[in-house]
Amino acid sequence: MSAFAATFWRELQLMWSGGGALAPIGYFLGATMLVPLAMGPDRALLEAAGPPLVWIAAALSILATLERLFQADLEDGSLDQMLLSPAPLELITLAKGAALWVAIGLPLTLAGAPAAIALQAPVDRLPFIVISLALGTAAFVGVGLVGAALTASVKRGGVLLTLIVLPLFAPPIIFGAAVASGEDVTAALSILAGCALGAAALGPIAAAAALRLQSE
Amino acid sequence: MFAFLANPARFMAFSAWAAPVLFAGALVLFAAGIPWALFYSPADYQMGETVRIMYAHVPAAWWSMGAYAFMTGASFVGLVWRHVLADVAARAAAPVGAVFAAICLITGSLWGAPTWGTLWEWDGRMTSMLVLFITYLGYIALWSAIEDEEKAARLAAILCLVGAVNLPIVKFSVDWWSTLHQPASIMRSGGSAISGEMLGPLLTMGGAYLLLFGALTLMNMRAAIFRRRVEAAELRKAQA
Repeated sequence: MSAFAATFWRELQLMWSGGGALAPIGYFLGATMLVPLAMGPDRALLEAAGPPLVWIAAALSILATLERLFQADLEDGSLDQMLLSPAPLELITLAKGAALWVAIGLPLTLAGAPAAIALQAPVDRLPFIVISLALGTAAFVGVGLVGAALTASVKRGGVLLTLIVLPLFAPPIIFGAAVASGEDVTAALSILAGCALGAAALGPIAAAAALRLQSE
Repeated sequence: MFAFLANPARFMAFSAWAAPVLFAGALVLFAAGIPWALFYSPADYQMGETVRIMYAHVPAAWWSMGAYAFMTGASFVGLVWRHVLADVAARAAAPVGAVFAAICLITGSLWGAPTWGTLWEWDGRMTSMLVLFITYLGYIALWSAIEDEEKAARLAAILCLVGAVNLPIVKFSVDWWSTLHQPASIMRSGGSAISGEMLGPLLTMGGAYLLLFGALTLMNMRAAIFRRRVEAAELRKAQA
């Protein structure tokens, strides 16, 4: 089995045995539940604010899964094994990101539909919301890898990780929420796809550079 | 020039007089620029006297971006050639750039109140400046969270380069986004080309901010190098 596939399966199994997407989805739905409680159940207000708020909740749910991503590998010595392996660390990092997206990003994407319905989003907009979330969570994971790798050796680095990653979330949020709200869909969708591809291509490289320093 | 200064001993000798000279130059330019901007330049025919906030606001915006560009260059040199002084320079410039960004945001907000009728507008430029400010905070926080100085320097350099890729994308995204959402009521400043009478004090203030940035960065670098020397001396004393 190639190093990519091996890392991918190991990560998937670790994430599933750790409860999988259950906690992030619960977090996601809990965060969307707070919105009408704070804003009031006014239908027109929620209809306008719903899709963007689903996006913010998805971004926060991904953020919450990032802190332990590389910390566990650093603590138990897995990172040293990855560095010893003949496969490039960039590829292994990409595999970890891909596993995170499949285990958490995709379930969140699907949970986006009921969350949007609960926030009164029009039903004909649901496909846009789901497609935009699929691309957006990929972009979040890509840049999130960098933040997780940079803060892997920081104890209780959750707040620092969030601070580092939030400015990187700005472009996908802008275009993703635009797609979800149905504004200028084709242009925004192609730029969002560009954000996702760019983050998936560059994120693992920067994360691998940071991880090499962490094990020194 | 850079090869000459790469030697820390030569750098310390150079900066010992360069920092005070730059600082004095900044004081001279501020002494000329502030009265020029406040009393001897014309008021704007639309914005009136409030246009004078521009002389504090625009140079802060220029050099907060300039400082980030400087940090990006220094981080690149530090990562590729593993040069200690480049790491020190990048770290030293960060708080100055962050404060410039904060000055830009605060004066922009104060300027917006009388001219746009609001303390904060999600205008493209203000939003990207806010993102730049948050990027600065993340960079400074990462430096201080990691104890091992050398590791912190490399990790912060990676973050700085990632931010240098991200900030133009943010700038583009935010411009796209704000044209989509732009409310029609905003009175735009700078629609017409800036007059020569305003350009003089603006460039003087820009020069003053630049010299101040140089002086403060050099002082920060000197302080960091002195701190390292003290730590090394204490270590030697403890071992003896």
